[in-house]
Amino acid sequence: MFEIVERKMIVPNLHLLVVHAPDVVEEIQPGQFVIVHAGEGSERIPLSAADWDHQAGTLTIVFMEVGTSTGRLAMLKPGDTIPTVVGPLGKPTEIDHFGTVICIGGCFGMGSIYPVVRALKEKGNTVITIMEGRSKNLLYWEEKLAVYSDKLIKLTRDGSYGYKGHIKKGDDIIRETGIKPDRVIANGCMTLSYKTTQEYAHFDVPVMVTLNTIMIDGTGMCGVCRCTVNGEMKFACVDGPEFDGRLVDWEELANRRQQYIGEEAFLVHHSGCGGN
Amino acid sequence: MFIILDVEGTNMAETKSARFERVEMPKQPPYIRRRNFNEVALGYTPELAVREAKRCLDCKKPVCIEGCPVEIDIPGFIRCIAAEDYSGSIKILKEKNCLPAVCGRVCPQEEQCEIKCILGKKGTPVAIGRLERFAAEWEAAQPTMDLPEIKSPTGKRVLVIGSGPAGITVAGDLILAGHTVTMVEALHEPGGVLTYGIPEFRLPGRVVSREINYLQQLGVKLICNFVVGKTRSLAKILQEYDAVFLGTGAGLPWFMEIPGENLNGVYSANEYLTRVNLMRGFEYPKTYTPVKRHKRVAVVGGGNVAMDCARTALRLGAEEVFIVYRRSQQELPARLEEFENAEEEGVIFHFLTLPEKLIGDENGWLKEIECSRMELGEPDQSGRRRPIRIDGSEFIMPMDACIVAIGNSPNPIIPQTTPELEVLKKGTIVVDESTGRTSMDRVWAGGDIVTGAATVILAMGAGRIAARSMHEYLSNSR
Ligand SMILES: Cc1cc2nc3c(=O)[nH]c(=O)nc-3n(C[C@H](O)[C@H](O)[C@H](O)COP(=O)(O)OP(=O)(O)OC[C@H]3O[C@@H](n4cnc5c(N)ncnc54)[C@H](O)[C@@H]3O)c2cc1C
Ligand SMILES: Cc1cc2nc3c(=O)[nH]c(=O)nc-3n(C[C@H](O)[C@H](O)[C@H](O)COP(=O)(O)OP(=O)(O)OC[C@H]3O[C@@H](n4cnc5c(N)ncnc54)[C@H](O)[C@@H]3O)c2cc1C
Ligand code: SF4
Ligand code: SF4
Ligand code: FES
Repeated sequence: MFEIVERKMIVPNLHLLVVHAPDVVEEIQPGQFVIVHAGEGSERIPLSAADWDHQAGTLTIVFMEVGTSTGRLAMLKPGDTIPTVVGPLGKPTEIDHFGTVICIGGCFGMGSIYPVVRALKEKGNTVITIMEGRSKNLLYWEEKLAVYSDKLIKLTRDGSYGYKGHIKKGDDIIRETGIKPDRVIANGCMTLSYKTTQEYAHFDVPVMVTLNTIMIDGTGMCGVCRCTVNGEMKFACVDGPEFDGRLVDWEELANRRQQYIGEEAFLVHHSGCGGN
Repeated sequence: MFIILDVEGTNMAETKSARFERVEMPKQPPYIRRRNFNEVALGYTPELAVREAKRCLDCKKPVCIEGCPVEIDIPGFIRCIAAEDYSGSIKILKEKNCLPAVCGRVCPQEEQCEIKCILGKKGTPVAIGRLERFAAEWEAAQPTMDLPEIKSPTGKRVLVIGSGPAGITVAGDLILAGHTVTMVEALHEPGGVLTYGIPEFRLPGRVVSREINYLQQLGVKLICNFVVGKTRSLAKILQEYDAVFLGTGAGLPWFMEIPGENLNGVYSANEYLTRVNLMRGFEYPKTYTPVKRHKRVAVVGGGNVAMDCARTALRLGAEEVFIVYRRSQQELPARLEEFENAEEEGVIFHFLTLPEKLIGDENGWLKEIECSRMELGEPDQSGRRRPIRIDGSEFIMPMDACIVAIGNSPNPIIPQTTPELEVLKKGTIVVDESTGRTSMDRVWAGGDIVTGAATVILAMGAGRIAARSMHEYLSNSR
């Protein structure tokens, strides 16, 4: 059993979850995820690591309440326990001295990009971080991200904070400032991953995005997370979850994501992350 | 619960010819069982078991033993049943097989122990598997179970990775030898394929959890939700443990590599069975793991896994379920009993048929499957006649779902994260056959991770060999 240390809503519909999972954090690296099972009656769902504390043995996750399983997680209180937090899974984000790296986080990705930003900075890169949301009240962790960012760009679609606009706007700003990235990394919903790939492809550098496929085991056993990258079948849980967006078959991915939508026909509310 | 018995042949007179006729085991009738997840075969009553046991000739040279990969003293345990000494019987079984309740149910007896039985020459062989199951169930029904004696602690620490039949065997053998044993499992429930793969109607979950509980009673420490290679590297584990066993199985599903395989409604057998078994999707919507209720389902493949998927689809309410297999019925690798069960339940078999293309509708869901007819040519490497496509024989089958059950490769996580470990191209770990030792010091392996997808009893046999070698090593090391 894994004990909940903290759970709170940090912005509307996005929750912070801190769970005691010392085994999981011992060898964890940026870009990895865990599979969480909130107990009988829930699904096993993948959630990215947003932070961790080796000393306390805790893992921090930022999640959006979208359906049954995340709904259950949103009801947890400190002291509650859940049966499964397994990981760290997936290949870590490649961290190297690339030069200038643009890191983009939207929705839960403002949290899960944080370890990536930190590690890239510590490796000596120039890190440009872009945080993106519908409105000012949906941005979080600005201070945390600022510590490791050479430049922090805030985008809101309604213009209530930072620049007004969406992912395209970020690209415009980058171009205007004459920055030449050596790599782009994005974390967040599918729309964000897809749009980032489109908007940033012209730089002709890798656009690494996390693919939010459906997952069950996260160990390569079930194949539900399969996707087509560069014409080959890949399993997002063991070969990814990060891939160069320029090589991803997006149409197929979008299609596979809605497989269980009929069964989950009840509540799906969006706080308006990404551009859907 | 209300169970209808369909007892055939039990009223047969005790004539001489009864020696050649096996006592049938009661089963749920097909028209009932095809819509529920309860166990199909209901097991012998003591009367039936004794009668079947008495058929055994107690041969001087029991050829049946040669057919059992773990060499159970078959006439010995059957003799006890005939004498109504059930506890004696289970004791003999457990000397060689720590999972009789599982093997009695799922071993391919018709090509192992039973095919050798002398009675098969004149009639039907002794129902060795059914008797094995009976003895195990008798033991489980007793209020207390005798725990075997555990040797005094050696202070040696062993980690068993994977909780399938191979891992269970190693853990059981080494704890009895006095070592400290921990078993880790990647999923949230132990048992390997016995838990996530083989369905409830063939191997009820309670049978597997009983075996796991027994190991825990003996003192094995079980840790679920722990992925070796991810949660902890093998190198780091070796700093903490004296010896390690890899029993991580063959869990990576193959696909056919034909167009349309990523359409919605196309599943690997593992996904389909895991949703239903491990995530208890068969109780949906009581539990929350959605399982689509498809009307027309095609299952590609001809092994036990394919039969399990087809019969599961029926139980989830499918109207028509097809097995699409590229060879003929003679080559079908599934157990005979499971093939017959599937047929009785109404699964429709398309032999000599090869899927060529999966075709979707405008919303990205599977709509139809294009197949070719096949004919059999010369035998291939496996000794089975090679299927050859008949040109121009393409035809289309309308279909809502397709389950791909054509095989699995070994799970890649440990080999990928452990470069020192020698593996073959197909991903299987290289071991010394007589000991189960891998290329890495203090690391043993066995089961499907070494052989590729095989059987429960072979995985257990490999576990036993490795356990013996591990014990020898641990006893001789400081
Ligand atoms: C590698 C990886 C990392 C992820 N990290 C995070 C994270 O850090 N924080 C976070 O909030 N979410 C993350 N996700 C997405 C998260 O897994 C889903 O939001 C979650 O599975 C939804 O579960 P549910 O039962 O609450 O919703 P459901 O009831 O299953 O579904 C509700 C809605 O969400 C959609 N949905 C279902 N599965 C997914 C999915 N895997 N991804 C996106 N939408 C889905 C459904 O189509 C439906 O519209 C990640 C996904 C992956 C693959
Ligand atoms: C649907 C189906 C039906 C079958 N029917 C029959 C039958 O009727 N008769 C028969 O004899 N055989 C049958 N088999 C085959 C049989 O089940 C297998 O051969 C047997 O289970 C192999 O045992 P194992 O211990 O090697 O591995 P498995 O049973 O596969 O167990 C391996 C375990 O290791 C875990 N694991 C993997 N990687 C890691 C890791 N890195 N860290 C921690 N844990 C890990 C897995 O989650 C799994 O639980 C069937 C198989 C399937 C799939
Ligand atoms: S373990 Fe399997 S092969 Fe051996 S006697 Fe039992 S059923 Fe037969
Ligand atoms: S060969 Fe058949 S009859 Fe002879 S001992 Fe074995 S089971 Fe009994
Ligand atoms: S989640 Fe099952 S194979 Fe990736």
